Amino acid sequence: MLDPTPPTFGIEAISVTKRFGGFTALDQVSLRVRPGSFHALLGENGAGKSTLVKCIMGYYRADAGEIILGDQQQVIDSPRTAHELGLGMVYQHFTLVPSMTVAENFVLGKTRLPAVLNWREELARLEAFFAAMPFRVPLDVPASGLAAGEKQKAEITKQLYLGRRFLILDEPTSVLTPNEADEMLGLLKRMTRDGRLTVLMITHKLREVMAFADEVSVLRRGRHVGGGRVGEIGPRECAELMLGNAEIRRLTDRGGVPGAPMLEIAGLSADDDRGHPACRGIDVTVRAGEIVGIAGVSGNGQRELVEALDGQRPPSGGTIRVHGKLYHARRDEMHDARFYCLPEEPLRNACVASMSVAENLVMRDFDRPPFAFGGWWLRPSSFRAAAARLVERYRVKTSSLDAPIGTLSGGNVQRCVLARELGGEVAVLVVANPCFGLDMAAVAEIHAQLMEARNRGAAILLVSEDLDELLELSDRIFVMFNGRLVHEAAAATTDRVAIGRHMAGH
Amino acid sequence: MTDVALGWWGVPLALLGGAIRASTPFLFVSLGECLTEKSGRINLGLEGILVMGAMSGYAISYLTGSPWLGVLVAGGVGALLGVLHAVICGLKRVNDIAVGIALMLFGIGLAFFLGKSFIQPAAPMLPSLDLGWWSGIAQVHAALQVNVLFIVGLLLAPAIAWGLRNTRWGLVLRMVGDSADAALAAGYSVNLVRLAATAAGGFLSGIGGSFLSLYYPGSWNERLSSGQGITAVALVIFARWQPMYCVYAALLFGAAGAIGPALQSVGVTSGYYLFNAAPYLLTLLIMAVTCSPKRALVGAPSELTISK
Repeated sequence: MLDPTPPTFGIEAISVTKRFGGFTALDQVSLRVRPGSFHALLGENGAGKSTLVKCIMGYYRADAGEIILGDQQQVIDSPRTAHELGLGMVYQHFTLVPSMTVAENFVLGKTRLPAVLNWREELARLEAFFAAMPFRVPLDVPASGLAAGEKQKAEITKQLYLGRRFLILDEPTSVLTPNEADEMLGLLKRMTRDGRLTVLMITHKLREVMAFADEVSVLRRGRHVGGGRVGEIGPRECAELMLGNAEIRRLTDRGGVPGAPMLEIAGLSADDDRGHPACRGIDVTVRAGEIVGIAGVSGNGQRELVEALDGQRPPSGGTIRVHGKLYHARRDEMHDARFYCLPEEPLRNACVASMSVAENLVMRDFDRPPFAFGGWWLRPSSFRAAAARLVERYRVKTSSLDAPIGTLSGGNVQRCVLARELGGEVAVLVVANPCFGLDMAAVAEIHAQLMEARNRGAAILLVSEDLDELLELSDRIFVMFNGRLVHEAAAATTDRVAIGRHMAGH
Repeated sequence: MTDVALGWWGVPLALLGGAIRASTPFLFVSLGECLTEKSGRINLGLEGILVMGAMSGYAISYLTGSPWLGVLVAGGVGALLGVLHAVICGLKRVNDIAVGIALMLFGIGLAFFLGKSFIQPAAPMLPSLDLGWWSGIAQVHAALQVNVLFIVGLLLAPAIAWGLRNTRWGLVLRMVGDSADAALAAGYSVNLVRLAATAAGGFLSGIGGSFLSLYYPGSWNERLSSGQGITAVALVIFARWQPMYCVYAALLFGAAGAIGPALQSVGVTSGYYLFNAAPYLLTLLIMAVTCSPKRALVGAPSELTISK
């Protein structure tokens, strides 16, 4: 008979090297995760964190180096092998199958799935498992019906249900409220204390590293550049190790006081892709020279709100006024009202990936003077001249103005869109998750640009899942929950705890 | 047994008979396509597979004297063509819809080429069960001549629906069709699962084709299918990717095909060809009514896309 709770184990990576073509993603990285520890892996975008854990999980074969599980060397050639050895991973993007129920998703993860399932037995086993958990996830709803926070809980509890003894987490808390994150990480921390689990967590949130991790390792540009026991190494040293000598732009000071109402949203409602109401009766007024933040866990209607504002989704009710005039997100109205937008996933929502950087940069005004005669005869040379100025001013790194914008890195695509939308005179700016997946230097740059636009008198609506970003930039903050605005506070007088509570619907 | 003048009562009876008689190819092709699409891939080549199945089933039945062997070979040929589709789609930068259209033309062309010599001779037909024995009316008899394949199809639909929920194969198939990422993370080979699903879909479509040539209309010629394979693909969308709905949809389309002859039998002769177009009009109508630019389709496997 098998031991019901076999002990956990550590992992050691020794001089792991991984190349993609001519690019070295990992350069002789060594990492030791002691059994029963909570180990954090820190690094900027492109530092090689994901590549390293994918080598451990058997997605990639390392070009050189070895992986040691417990005390023996293992060749892990596929995720299946990794699962059989007791390794599990929670990915940054959800891997629950959306149309299948939570119970089906849990059972599907088993390495040995019986040919015919006995659902009564499987459900009884799931019930017993959740009885011992500090929280539960509804079992009979399709995964697509769960809120983002619940999905992430389901992802993590699924790994525990499957009996993983070594758990790798890739940015696990990006969609959780601060309370949910603490609850989840606290549970995992207790399990490592009991010797049932070892955790390796990829993150860029220093606060979580300091609060939960025992040890930390820092990668930069594919190399292991330092680390140590949390406590002996502090947040400052970690940040320095992550950044190297990269320059971080300081946030411009908040200046001036908000002026007259510029963007007035009254009773705005919109349906989601399935035709169900997603945001309902939204009332917000943004004044000139003001940043109004909208907080909330993703999936509470923010996406539909932003799409209704930027013209991607017809509203099902309510009105939008800019400068007191009704606004329907038509192209001439955008131009006249100087209404700009920085949507999330800019490559998908604000660019044509196969068109050039120059073409994307003039997309707003390409058929107006000075880019065109008479509205139809275009002057490509003027595109390039204007684009060159914007690329210079917003420090976009691109091989040429004619490169397809889809070939640029995420941070540079974001800079391009920012340049296009903020390059002229801006009256209204709607921004959604502008820094998602960007590294610290790019984030600081974008925050500074937004603050400068505010100080120049733009009315900015900032929809974000990042509380720190909202608290840093906003003048006022609303909390969105279940499609409605449920709380309003002045940013100067509120804190993460109060906002976090409303994000969870309390 | 007497030939009774049923008057207008003959129309619903003829529609019922049509549903039973003509729905089988729709049923098999749509169940096959349902399986394939559940894996996240569209096989538009089923029209070609249907025609190839009709030709090969007829040829084998003629050459060996066994219609059932013909059915089996038709299924096998369909599975092979399904594998061909899946292997090509498994390559990088290949679009399953384009491959499907190519396969459709290939299957039809190949069937015409190989089937030239089988247009004239008469092959042994599939037997049918006489479920109208209790009635003395000839039309009832005619309507309730039920082919065994129809019953197999009727049983297959709930079996597939059950299997998709309760077996390992079913769950893995749905996972691959809904989230290839999740399937990869769980260590399953997406391409292999899709290969199996497309082969199974091809097998069922081949059988559907053999029904055309070996039972109803019951001969091999080049105008045999008249687009039933393509209609059945549309039917899957109408059925929301649910095997049981495929049954109802297939019956509806079978009945629609019988509208023209049924009305003619009661003396409505004007617009005969118009009524014969009923299945196609129905397809158009259903697509127009059930599709909306505002909503995503409920129940569609998320991996289905034309931009892959």
